[in-house]
This record gives sequence, structure tokens and C-alpha cells, in this order.
Amino acid sequence: MTTQTSTLTRRARRLRIAGSPSIAATAAWIVLLMVAITILVPILYAVLGGFKTNGQLVANPVAIVPDPWVFTNYTSVLFGDNAGTFWREAANSLVVAVVAVGVTVTFASFAAFVFARFAFRGREAMFTLFVLGLLFPSAVAILPLYILIREIGLNGNLLGVALPEAAFALPLTIVILRPFFRSIPRELEDAARIDGCSSFAFFWRVLLPLARPALATVSILATVMTWNQFLLPLILLNGADQWTLPLGVMNFSTQYGQDQARVLAFTVIAILPAIAFYAFAERQLVSGLTAGSVKG
Amino acid sequence: MAAALPRSRERSRQISTRLTIGLFLLPALALYLVFVIAPVIQAAHFSLYKWNGLQPLTDFIGIKNYQVALANDAFRTAIANNLLIVVLSLGLQIPFSLGLAVLLNRRFPGRAVFRLLFFLPYVLSEAITGIVFRLMLQPGSLVDSALTSAGLGGWVQDWMGDETLVMFTLFVIISWKYFGFHMVLLLAGLQGIPHEIEEAALIDGAGRRQVFRYVTLPLIGPTLRVSVFLSMIGSLQLFDMVWVMTGGGPLHASNTMAISMFKAGFKATQMGYGSAQAVILFLFGLIVALAYQRFVLRRDTEGALTMSAG
Repeated sequence: MTTQTSTLTRRARRLRIAGSPSIAATAAWIVLLMVAITILVPILYAVLGGFKTNGQLVANPVAIVPDPWVFTNYTSVLFGDNAGTFWREAANSLVVAVVAVGVTVTFASFAAFVFARFAFRGREAMFTLFVLGLLFPSAVAILPLYILIREIGLNGNLLGVALPEAAFALPLTIVILRPFFRSIPRELEDAARIDGCSSFAFFWRVLLPLARPALATVSILATVMTWNQFLLPLILLNGADQWTLPLGVMNFSTQYGQDQARVLAFTVIAILPAIAFYAFAERQLVSGLTAGSVKG
Repeated sequence: MAAALPRSRERSRQISTRLTIGLFLLPALALYLVFVIAPVIQAAHFSLYKWNGLQPLTDFIGIKNYQVALANDAFRTAIANNLLIVVLSLGLQIPFSLGLAVLLNRRFPGRAVFRLLFFLPYVLSEAITGIVFRLMLQPGSLVDSALTSAGLGGWVQDWMGDETLVMFTLFVIISWKYFGFHMVLLLAGLQGIPHEIEEAALIDGAGRRQVFRYVTLPLIGPTLRVSVFLSMIGSLQLFDMVWVMTGGGPLHASNTMAISMFKAGFKATQMGYGSAQAVILFLFGLIVALAYQRFVLRRDTEGALTMSAG
């Protein structure tokens, strides 16, 4: 039986190879390569443009290699004239992201634990309420949100941005965590109970340590979501000293409209954390998104 | 006496379970109700008033804000633009992503690098991406001079300033940022299909195209539907990229519903009018969500029926 299957498989492979001559494979490669170049062009334009002078950018925009290489754009953003702006905005972004991700992952773990391991009336209805958050455009909420934040006196406060961002990230976080918490065997919980564990102790000492990969995944997703948030900070923050990086880059590009090379340098440094983060956590990001969406 | 003791212990255990459920749910539920659900309901309330957001909410005008919005050319352009992006995304971006997912669903050298690179734009901020593209598309900048030096000077356009072109320019950039996301989703769907099924169809004499149409496509149906749904919701609430690149201009040519709502609420301080636009945006989202639910539910019942019949 097994030999038969493997012969069949081998025959199928041969068929496939016969059906796809190397011309098709080469064509596929060329298509992929062209798409890859399309992805790289804007990124390289920004990175290399930051090493040019405005004169170079205007005289020959297609030139790839800066001639000569200029470092002042990057150094002025990192250590020079614009360093104050950049580091303040980076710090603001970091504070918002840390608070928002901390709150959303903590609250979502509590909720997902209850949704996963307790049976009670209204559970599915309440869970559906959270799922609804994935279904409608979140921009709908922003005008009343602005009024609300103003009324509770949190406008112009980083906390006033972090809390709504945490709230917007809750649905996806809960939807991903729940099946993971559910998959932890019942026997483990019974054993913990016999050993005298309370619900909280089981959650804290058994469930959370076992769920570390899932917690890492949702933290990474929430970090990317909050780090790139633009609309909420735009309406909820008042002044330049509170801006997060995306707002800062927008403002910088208007303020230094004539100094494109410096704008490019600022932009590149502003997206560097996201790229570094991606290089470090790509696997979890992809697995989280596919788990979240393929199940949804 | 002997029976009363376990009963009271049972009761106290029940109470403690309920307390646990309540305490664990409370933080997430409170945060979510206050910052997500309540604002959506309030938008519906505000939309019935003429209100600048500061004075008490007293000037009730019924559905007048809706009538004004739906009769307003700028807002109608916004609706048309959002729907254009929905149609273009479904017609071009998702098929393109699916095509690339199919290409990447075989083993060959460099596959991991391509996947890593194609997904990269997804993690970049939409606003910052928009700024880089704005600089590249300025008259005389990279795109124009690349076309000129390739001998295609006649193709040079006012990419963001031309009223008929601007939405297509934006669509290309949106696709640049999001095709990798859909590709990764669809690739995960494709990888979930056992090779044996496709191989069996090949052995039975099906052509490659037939295998794709009648075997692969139905099997990644659920993933494809998620991808389509996320793409539609994203297209409906388009804001960041448009705001930094064109601000909705020239004139209203690249207006979207979210841009229009933002301008009404914050630039013109017409909170009631802006809220009416938010509710209209919500209704579009609702139609999409209901259609999605219905489609999925119908498919599921169909599956159940065929299963019980077979």
C-alpha cells in the first residue's frame, strides 16, 4: 500500500516536472524578482537619499549611489539640531506602545482565560461582542472618543492615547489567545486543583507560563498596531512635545519641505525600529496573523 | 446537618467561581465598552444634532445631517472613492497576492527571502510610507526622472495633482503596502492543503489550470474570504496614507469617508455632521460584515447538508 502510494507520488512529481519546463520556473523567478525590486526601490531611495545633499537629489534623482556620501543628515537627526525632536518623539512612541501593549495583553489574558475555561450564561454573547470589534471600521469611534478623552481630562496626555489604543487591540488579542488557552489539557487543571490551586493560581502559575509563545505573538501584533497608529494620536494629542513618531515625521516633512535629504534621513531613522523589530519577530508576527485570520 | 455542610461548601464554591469570572472579565470589558462600544453608540446619538462639540447638545435636527451628507458632492466623491478602492483591491490586489502565494508555495532557493521582503511593507507605518512615496512622486523626482531616462518621458504625469489619476496612484501605493499581508495569509492557506489531493487530481488527468480552479481554489476558500473581508474593511476606512499624501485633494478628488468625517469634525467643528458621516461609514462596514457572515454561514450549512446526505 505504502509502496503504491509512493510510486504514485513519484509519478505525480514526474508529471509536474514534465508539465513545468524550466522556462516556467525562470519566468516565475523573474516575476518575483521584479516584485522584490518594486518593494526595495522606495526603501533604498529613502535610505540612500538620506546620504545625499539636496543638490544631488534634485540634479539626478535616479542616481543610486550618493556622490559624495553625506552623513550630516543622519547625524543631525540622531545627535545634532533635530536630535531633541527625534528622541522625544521616539520616547513618546515607546511610552504609548509599552502602556498600550501592557494593558491590552494583561486584560485580554484575563478575559481569554474566562472565555476559554469557564462555562457561564452569556459567555458566547459576550465573546461575540469582542469579535464585533474586528468587524467594523474603528474610524467610526473617533469623534466621540475625542469628546470623551477631553471630558475625562486626558487630552494631550500620552495615557489618553494609550488606553484607547489598548481598547482597539483587545478584540484581536482575545480572539488569538482564547483557543490557545483552551488547548491546555483539562487534566492539568484538575491536577493543579487537587494540589490546592485557586483559579488565579492556576492561571498565573500554570496557564500563563505555558502560553508564553502565544503571549509573545499577541504582544508583537499589538506592538506593530500601536507603534504605527496615526489617527488616534492625531486627534488626541495637542502639542508637538507629545507627538509620536508617525505624527512627528509628517510634521517634519512639512517643516523641512525644502530640505528633502534631511526629511528622508528622519524618515529612515523613524522606521528603523519597525524594521529591526520585524527582523527579530517576523516568524511570530506571521504565525499570529495567520492564526488570527485563518480561524476568524 | 451532615447534608447541609457540603451544600454550603458547594454554594461558596459557586460564589467564588462567579466572583472569579466577574473579576477576570471586568477590566477588558470596561476598557472595551468605554473606549470602543460607547463611542460608536454616541456617534449615532450626536449625528441627530447640530453641534459644534462644545456647547450642550440641544439643537436636535433629526436626520438632516444625513440628508446634507448624502447630497454633498464632496462626501459622495468620498463614498465613490472608497468603493473604487474596494473594487480595485478585490479585482487586482487580491488576485495578484494569490498569484504570488502560488509562486511561493513551492520549494526553491531564495523563497524565504522573497517572503520576508514582500511582507516587510506591512510593518511600516502607513503615514510614513505615504511620506516617502510623496517625495518620490513629486514632479521631477525619482519616478518622473526614471521614466524620462528610460525614454518614457511621455508617461510622466502629475501623479498626485491630477483629479482622475490620484486615486489610482494611491491604490498602487496601498497595494505596495498590503499585498504582502494578503500573500502571507493565502500562502498559509495553500500550505494547509495536503499535496496528495492536488497530485491525485493531476494523476486523474486534470490540467494544472483545472487543478487550481477546481481543487486548490475551493480548498483555500475560507482563507480567501478572510482576506477579501479584511481588504474591504481596510478600504472603507482608508485615512492615514491619503491624509499625508493629498489631504483629500486636489479639491475633493481623493476624499475618503474617514477624511471627510475628520475634516467635518475637527476642521469645521461640525461634530454632529461628522458623526452622521461616521454612521454612514459604519453602515457600509455593517453591510460588508453581514454579507460576509451570511456567505460563510450559507457555505457552512451547505457543507453540513452535503455531509448528512452523503
